[in-house]
Amino acid sequence: MWHGDYRFLLKNLILKDFRIRYRNMSLGVFWSLLNPVVMLGVYIFVFTQLLKNDTPHFAVFLLCGIVPFSFFSGAWAAGTSSMVDNASLVKRVALPRELIPITSVLSTCVHLIIQIGLLLVIVLLSGIPVNVYWLWLPLIWGLEVVFVCGLALLFSAINVYVRDTRYVVDSANTILFWLVPIVYSFAIIPQRFRAIYRWNPVAALVMAMRDILLDAKYPGNWLLIQLTLGAFFCLGIGLLVFRKLKEGFYDYL
Amino acid sequence: MKIITCENVSKTFHRHSGQVLLRQHLAYLFGRNRGSEFHALKGVSFDVVDGEGLAVIGSNGAGKSTLLSMVAGLAKPDTGSVQVNGRIAALLELGSGFHPDLTGTENVYLNAALLGFTEKQTKEMFGTIVDFAAIGDFMDEPLRSYSSGMWLRLAFSVAVNVDPDILIVDEVLAVGDQDFQAKCYDRIRGFRNAGKTFVCVSHSKPILMELCDQAIWLDHGEMMMTGPIADVFEAYEGRLQVQT
Repeated sequence: MWHGDYRFLLKNLILKDFRIRYRNMSLGVFWSLLNPVVMLGVYIFVFTQLLKNDTPHFAVFLLCGIVPFSFFSGAWAAGTSSMVDNASLVKRVALPRELIPITSVLSTCVHLIIQIGLLLVIVLLSGIPVNVYWLWLPLIWGLEVVFVCGLALLFSAINVYVRDTRYVVDSANTILFWLVPIVYSFAIIPQRFRAIYRWNPVAALVMAMRDILLDAKYPGNWLLIQLTLGAFFCLGIGLLVFRKLKEGFYDYL
Repeated sequence: MKIITCENVSKTFHRHSGQVLLRQHLAYLFGRNRGSEFHALKGVSFDVVDGEGLAVIGSNGAGKSTLLSMVAGLAKPDTGSVQVNGRIAALLELGSGFHPDLTGTENVYLNAALLGFTEKQTKEMFGTIVDFAAIGDFMDEPLRSYSSGMWLRLAFSVAVNVDPDILIVDEVLAVGDQDFQAKCYDRIRGFRNAGKTFVCVSHSKPILMELCDQAIWLDHGEMMMTGPIADVFEAYEGRLQVQT
């Protein structure tokens, strides 16, 4: 068993991820900002110049979808391959193995924070006033991180046994991009699909962010409760499966 | 006091030709074609008493590293049990946990955290580690610019400063130059004199004879012999001569 300082280890693992990702880049961490800006530019062009669109504050509307989704898809994909990518560490150092997928999610949070900064700046530039419901934002972002940690635990463990898992995740992300209201509004979804949408924590998050930032209204108890239940249910399943599967990691890595 | 107890430990690996396709998964699931199995260890039992220096010897593929991995808590035995009463520092591979893109200093911090230190402890020992490694300016260079000797110096310097109850070393000391090797042996002797337990895999008889007092001899996963190191080596070498 490993008895050590979890916080210090987590900090160093996150720093490592962060350093090796940006050390050899001339633009460094600036890429976290550049990527969504480029994406935003393309979407705005397509959805305002090519397709007819009269959504007010369309940039904010889009970013409310793109920011949580790009965090979600990036962290899920990175989390899934984290165990295999760190095989040498897992096989040779007796660290608590749960920390590996969790670290990869948390180091993706650095981008999330930068992109949230971008989002809030654009919100203010668009002339949308700050309202009291902004206080809910940290909670719903926190819940998204919990949710993705659960997914990362679950899929990183499965990926050790079935290496195709990461490609399944890539495809799932492509599908989800269209099944989460990112480029369209929840309002156009037919009534019979709405309940399913609300149970998807990524969709719930996007809707909650739009409620707060665009409509200046409380997202509603029901949405927040579903978001919370979804996130912690996923974390629970992730931990449970991970605990079961980790016994075979040494043999399969 | 028994600090490590291994009872009837067995470990089997499944052999598949590198690729596990869906077909194999299904075949495995339905119990057909379990593939060939490789018995890395078969019913190995031994105890290590507090303060002992144990050498694990045997030819390549005898199961030595698998055994150490299980003692270090990295792998689970299929049958039997491994019990360890104390804090372990394992140096199973040269600089496991080091990353080539990080500098020496950054890697020392990361490795110290991996070995279970707090930030305060790491800062306190940092000077000692750097002095012991004696690689000068290279501390601020990324590890990919290091020679394997320098890599070892840094890895070993972190591990020996851990002050564990049990130090496990798998065949990594051979990379250092003579000065550094001598320094490492000094450190391990000091460690032994302090009443700590040392477990080592190596193919170098003089090193093992100097640092250990007990030995176990593994051959194709089976334990051939355990006892005082001189006796075990005698039997092991006798067997090798018979074979050749």
